[in-house]
Order: sequence, then C-alpha cells, then structure tokens
Amino acid sequence: MRWIWIDKFVEFESGKRAVAIKNISLAEEHLHDHFPGYPVMPAPLMIEAMAQTGGILVGEARDFQEKVILAKVSKAVFHKLGLPGDQLRLEATIDSLAPEAATIEGTITCNGDLVAEISMMFSHVDKNMAGLEFPEENFVFNDNFMNLLKFYKPNEAGASS
Amino acid sequence: MSMSREDVFEKVQETLVDALGVDDDEVTPEATLMGDLGAESIDFLDIVFRLEKSFSIKIPREELFPAENVLGNAEYVADGKLTPAGLEALKSQMPHVDFGDFASDPDINKITDLFCVESIVKYIEGKIN
Repeated sequence: MRWIWIDKFVEFESGKRAVAIKNISLAEEHLHDHFPGYPVMPAPLMIEAMAQTGGILVGEARDFQEKVILAKVSKAVFHKLGLPGDQLRLEATIDSLAPEAATIEGTITCNGDLVAEISMMFSHVDKNMAGLEFPEENFVFNDNFMNLLKFYKPNEAGASS
Repeated sequence: MSMSREDVFEKVQETLVDALGVDDDEVTPEATLMGDLGAESIDFLDIVFRLEKSFSIKIPREELFPAENVLGNAEYVADGKLTPAGLEALKSQMPHVDFGDFASDPDINKITDLFCVESIVKYIEGKIN
C-alpha cells in the first residue's frame, strides 16, 4: 500500500501556505472495513493527510534539506465526516518556522463546509535528536512525496497562481 | 512594554494550558514542566514558539532551556552528575532558575525538575522589563 493521503496540490506559496486536495473513493480498501455498510474516512488518516500537506510545505521552505517529522498534534477537532465521493480541501499555513522545528495550522473543508481543524508541529529531526544517528539520505522526502510537487501545476484550472 | 508579574504569570499559564493540554489550576508557579505538567522534549520547542508569539519577543535557542549544551560537554558531566564546573556553567546560563537543593546532588536526571513555571515567568520578566 502507498502511504499517500493527498492527491495533488492546487496552491503552493513557498514558506507560507499550501492547499492540497484528497478525493475520497470507495476504491480505497480500508473504507469497506471502516465501517462495514457505512464507509467514512478515518479521522487519523485526515491527520496524516494534513501532516503530508504541511510536511511538504515545511520541507520545501528549507529546500528539502531537513528530515521533517511529525512531532506533535496540538489540535485535532472534527466537525463532519469524510464520505466516499467527497473532495477534501486541505489548507496548511505555516505558523512558526525555526531551524529546528516548525508549526502549521490547518483546516480541512469540503464544498466550503468545515470538516476539521488540525494544528501540528514538525521536528527537523537531525537538529533535535542529539546523539541519535539517522541515515544520510532523506527518507522523509522520497520519490512518492516529491512526485506530488512535481506534478503541481500552478496555472491549472482551480489553482491560483 | 512593562508587565506585572501577575500579568506575565497569567499569560505563561495560558501558553502552557494551550501547549500541554493541562488545566489552568495545574499550572502553579512551583509546577515542574516535565514532572508535574507532563511536558516532553518536543513540547519545550512548542512552548518557546508560543511564548515568542504571545509576548512578541525573540527567545534565542537554548536560552530558556539550556541544559542540552551543558549535558553534551564531557567536562561538565561525570558519573551521571554535573561536575562543579558543569554546575557553574548551568547556573550562569540559567539566572532565572532557582537551583535550591539541586546543587547538593546535581544528578543529571533531576535537571528537568529545575524547569518550573516560575522560572519561565522570571525569564520572561527579565526579557520584557
């Protein structure tokens, strides 16, 4: 299984904010178990989707030189369910960005309705784990993640430039 | 900007309630961040970010919670305790902290007990007044 929970970026302002969309589909196997007869996108996966949106935003701000790891979910409030056929709009805004960490504030909406409010903190892990060694290569920003930005077209319909 | 200690305390309290998800009556001046309020290492950065924002100040890395660079220095630590030189180094970096009984038994595992709510309030006071 590919652990990617956003489909594409539709807006991206370097170092400031990013908007990604996620189309929820019954083709996703897990929805048939969550729950049988009543498929809804699991809330933790919405948190993961926001972590991916915000993580790429934070990573890009430092030219993908840092290993950006989700360190803390400061807030996660859910207002509506995410159902098959829904298109979620995930908007992440950088709140603080420092050499060793960053925080973002995020909202998820669907057709203008608020689905969730999620704030989180990312650690630039090489700068925080004194004494612990991590692999040289950036295992966070692998090809799967980099493709999401590679295919981002700022001028596409629906995206602001 | 000059603020009374009560005002600073109130804002620090609010910051810690938001950062750590604790109740405001748990955030007493004597409460230790890790022991009493359950803070983990990443929370310290979160607290610094939030304090910078709510007081509109810049907090240089390691100034408010400087233990890490002392612990990383081989001259300052021996047998799990701070050496006299290490203790002096820590004291000079943390003038806002009351060292109390720590000096008589500078066990490095107890360093985190030095970070209490009162020490944050004192640090902020020193910054803004």
